[in-house]
Amino acid sequence: MKIDNEYKELAWQGLWKNNPGLVQLLGLCPLLAVTSTITNALGLGLATLLVLVGSNATVSYIRNWVPKEIRIPIFVLIIAAFVTVVQLLMNAFTYGLYQSLGIFLPLIVTNCAIIGRAEAYASKNPLKQSCFDGLMMGLGFTAVLVVLGGMREILGQGTLFDGADLLLGSWASSLRIEVFHLDSQFLLAILPPGAFIGMGLLIALKNVIDEKQKEKQPEVSPESIERVRVKFD
Amino acid sequence: MKVAITKNAKILALFAIACTAVVGLVHESTKSRIQRQEQAQLISTLQQIVPTHLHDNDMSTHCVKVTDPLLGTTEQQTVYLGTMADKPSSLAITSVAPDGYNGNIHIISAFDTAGNLTGMRVLKHKETPGLGDKVEVRKSDWALSFAGKSAQDIASPSWLVKKDGGFIDQFTGATITPRAVVKAVKNAANYVNEHQITLYKQTNSCEQTQ
Repeated sequence: MKIDNEYKELAWQGLWKNNPGLVQLLGLCPLLAVTSTITNALGLGLATLLVLVGSNATVSYIRNWVPKEIRIPIFVLIIAAFVTVVQLLMNAFTYGLYQSLGIFLPLIVTNCAIIGRAEAYASKNPLKQSCFDGLMMGLGFTAVLVVLGGMREILGQGTLFDGADLLLGSWASSLRIEVFHLDSQFLLAILPPGAFIGMGLLIALKNVIDEKQKEKQPEVSPESIERVRVKFD
Repeated sequence: MKVAITKNAKILALFAIACTAVVGLVHESTKSRIQRQEQAQLISTLQQIVPTHLHDNDMSTHCVKVTDPLLGTTEQQTVYLGTMADKPSSLAITSVAPDGYNGNIHIISAFDTAGNLTGMRVLKHKETPGLGDKVEVRKSDWALSFAGKSAQDIASPSWLVKKDGGFIDQFTGATITPRAVVKAVKNAANYVNEHQITLYKQTNSCEQTQ
């Protein structure tokens, strides 16, 4: 029962309360840059997820052997190795997507969300929980990417899943949905400012939901604190 | 203190070796697949811009490296040579349009022996999404309109976008990008006309993969 609660808490933290994209605002560079289509967003999200789970697992596994003073270089080394591996795999198996993600794939190395989780969680917790934490944080990040990507793609190009075959193979080209036809694209949504505005809207939306949630819950009356005055005579 | 340094250095070194080993292993096992992917993409691009009746060899494995100011860059560019019954029949040349709206635009243009353009594709660019990126075939048909332009068309002084008084359609929203591409194609054509014969005499620098 206790362990169940722990996992639930981890999931809640990663997906909502402490979401790396919406709350911690980590990894903004790839988040804003590649979310012009849902396919790119999903691709980068999955790559980040893989790296996050891998690095969390490794860091947690070796946490007792790593001297405190050199843990950061070691974490960076591990993360860089995982990113390179993911990059090579994507280059080999999803070549088109690899090309369209471009520089943002190697930039996962510097995604603060990853080293942040390694340092703050995985280096202090057992393997299973660390993997789960990586998975949830990664899913939270991917979800933000996908929602933002979907928003920008609909507004900018009027499509969804354009180019999904690059990620999932040729069968996926049938996933492409033309939501509405645009004679000229709504540029703002595709360009970086659109990413910032979209991101701002998402954060605002999350805050509104949180507020509503708070209002619904009955106000927990603050326990009265007894103050003890000690008089020194 | 010295002990701590040696100990930590050793641990760090161990991790470095382990990480490098993992990366090395994955690199080794994906290398051939990555190469095949790149080769496959090259072949499919070449097939799109060089009609099959213009060559009977595998152009992707017969190429020479060249550098020339006309190709828009100081970097080496590649010329893929097509032959028909071992006689020169067509070639595809990569080049750079240095004056794109947002940096270099890498293109590949294919010519037959008479200097007629059989096709052109943009390989790599950083143009504005939604405006300049219509040079990509994925986004618009513009690049297809280059196929079949004759040597006279290219040589003519009105080989310009319409906005500059020429006869090449530009696309809505961007002038600088198509202008840069149009100019780069002309330069590539000039280079090819000058060097066509010597190109076939150079040694092949694309290794046979099989």
